[in-house]
Amino acid sequence: MKKKKILSLILVAAMAVTAFAGCGKKESAKNEGGSSEGSAVFKIGGTGPLTGDAAIYGTAVKNGMELAIKEINEAGGIGGVQVEYKFEDDEADAEKGVNAYNTLKDWKMQMLIGTTTSGACEAVVAESHNDNLFQITPSGTSINSVKYDNAFRMCFSDPAQGTVSAQYIAKNNLAKSIAVIYNSGDTYSNGIYENFAKEAKNQGLEIVAAEAFTSESNKDFSVQLQKAKDAGAEMVFLPMYYTEASLILAKAKEMGYAPSFFGCDGMDGILTLENFDTSLAEGLMLLTPFSVDAEDEKTQNFVKAYKDAYGETPNQFAADAYDSAYVIKAAAEKAGIKPDMSVTEIGDAMKKAMTEIEFTGLTGTNITWGEDGEPTKEPIAVKIENGAYVFM
Amino acid sequence: MRHLQKTTKSNFITYGIVILTAVIIQILSSAGAVSSLIGGLLVPLCAYMILAISLNLVVGILGDLSLGHAGFMCVGAFASAFFSKMTAGTMPDGLRFFFALLIGAAAAGLFGILIGIPVLRLRGDYLAIVTLAFGEIIKNVINVFFIGRDSSGLHFSMKDSVALNLDSTGEVIVNGPQGINGTPKDSTFLIGMFLLLIALIIILNLINSRAGRAIMSIRDDRIAAESIGINITKFKLMAFSISAALAGVAGVLYAHNLSSLVASPKSFGYNMSIMILVFVVLGGIGNIRGSLIAAFILTLLPEMLRGLSNYRMLIYAIVLILMMIFNWSKGGGRLKEMVAERLRGLRKPRTKEVK
Repeated sequence: MKKKKILSLILVAAMAVTAFAGCGKKESAKNEGGSSEGSAVFKIGGTGPLTGDAAIYGTAVKNGMELAIKEINEAGGIGGVQVEYKFEDDEADAEKGVNAYNTLKDWKMQMLIGTTTSGACEAVVAESHNDNLFQITPSGTSINSVKYDNAFRMCFSDPAQGTVSAQYIAKNNLAKSIAVIYNSGDTYSNGIYENFAKEAKNQGLEIVAAEAFTSESNKDFSVQLQKAKDAGAEMVFLPMYYTEASLILAKAKEMGYAPSFFGCDGMDGILTLENFDTSLAEGLMLLTPFSVDAEDEKTQNFVKAYKDAYGETPNQFAADAYDSAYVIKAAAEKAGIKPDMSVTEIGDAMKKAMTEIEFTGLTGTNITWGEDGEPTKEPIAVKIENGAYVFM
Repeated sequence: MRHLQKTTKSNFITYGIVILTAVIIQILSSAGAVSSLIGGLLVPLCAYMILAISLNLVVGILGDLSLGHAGFMCVGAFASAFFSKMTAGTMPDGLRFFFALLIGAAAAGLFGILIGIPVLRLRGDYLAIVTLAFGEIIKNVINVFFIGRDSSGLHFSMKDSVALNLDSTGEVIVNGPQGINGTPKDSTFLIGMFLLLIALIIILNLINSRAGRAIMSIRDDRIAAESIGINITKFKLMAFSISAALAGVAGVLYAHNLSSLVASPKSFGYNMSIMILVFVVLGGIGNIRGSLIAAFILTLLPEMLRGLSNYRMLIYAIVLILMMIFNWSKGGGRLKEMVAERLRGLRKPRTKEVK
């Protein structure tokens, strides 16, 4: 009995020691490598959900980033220096996001493209701020995602999308009475709704119904649509991702309710959704920074390369990540950073360079960044006609 | 030492393990030998270990299956994070965190009593289902609260943050489903270990006290316990609320480790409750030291397996099944003895092989 106890104690102790010693060794080995020869590559990390409900977004970001970095390396790298990248899964969770960030730090990451989702981004940005590590989020839309000076954003922020949507609807006189259906459990959806509501008041639009749902009750929307119908809304604003929106469109048709629908960038991709009857989306308007069907050469090349590499049509997450990698390249070349600089030195140089560059990519032309990390770019509105996106 | 009671000795071994681990990790990290990943995991580890031993009090000692433990953690986390946000800058960090801990524990304990009164009348599966429901209710209720502060005081709404009508100096503190952002990072590994030690002392002393024996008698035979005059409701509530308060402490640690706190299904939903239950069941129901070790291993494991990318989910599940079989099935028990025998044999192989 006693021996067994001692044995189990020894086993546990051995396990703990190997677990910790293993990590310790790895790091010290890396330290030596870093200091003696100086790494001859830039190390860019990425984080996003590769498993779980939001895996589709994380995978898109990973692919977009991978594609861009491959191209950059083939074209000679950043200022002649090759780039290494590594992508870690964060399951769209704040706690796992910090773990993923720390894993990348152990790998000696110098710059971060991430995180993909807002919730995890808010936790990670506090950590990267402590380390003064340069971070650009391709798709973290909430305000707090870039609240520190080391963080920048590629996509529109939630407030920007909500405000711009309301302004767009008012300017083009699309509707006067509007119903909103939004996901109250989602930072993205909620953030857009709140700012849409604020701006709608200023623009003289009337919100006749604001109906919420959560990620746990996102299958049946008859109640929300019925309320919108009863309130006599001419337009239903849908600040959400396309999977839920497709259900709403189908339900509305079933109910014989035909207002006009207006969405945000999360709606992009609805036409490529499996088993979705594209005729349902006829007349749907959406604001998006990126459209697969855009005619310019850059987009066409990107879509083709992406399809060749991963066998699917890229969405805006992939485009944002692709642009993020090129933004890093542009800013890094402007700042003239070297791979043997410390993380803080790179962070300081990149912060300054980011406000000085002007960038044209897939998701916008002549994009500039302010010190607050927000991009300035024009949104593009598209309408779905005959199963294809048409610019408005 | 020899005249110490067996349980006392066992308890001191448990304290010893915790203190030793704390000292070893502290030495390693001050020597810079701990990677950032492990460094970042230390505080969550403490929080999960506290959760595991506190749930073991209900499941193992009281003998009731509770599936809503994450709900109490959630209450503790939000109450304390709200307090810390409100008082940020008005008092020293250490003092603020001390109060935050007290508030988190008190709030969760209070919820434990409130929920315990109706819930503990049930038994077995019914109790499990109702606690599961209460855990979800807590999470969903927190998700509809919007609280903001401006020059004219506190604003409260259950609709959205626009309805708070804050003036220009206003700041939204609790933002519904987006939770609380910017909680000060007060949790450290040493505080976490200290709290774990306190939680251990509370639980182990409770188990070996008069009240603890009463609680265990309810577990073993409710009718017999009632017949000798044990106040069932009182002791059940006692175990339940102490367990809830300790879960609240774990929540405080958790909330003050990450700068954003969201009552998402992932962090405070039933998945988390079941996760804590897995720690307890794997470590052994009623075995406090086992819970500690199980929580430690199962928190580290998925992160250690990161190198396997997506396969880690599969491997994690397989390892969990294997550990469960090895530890708790009859065949596994024999296997364990065989392995132990073999290991003992390795030390003196000659005597073994001759036979």
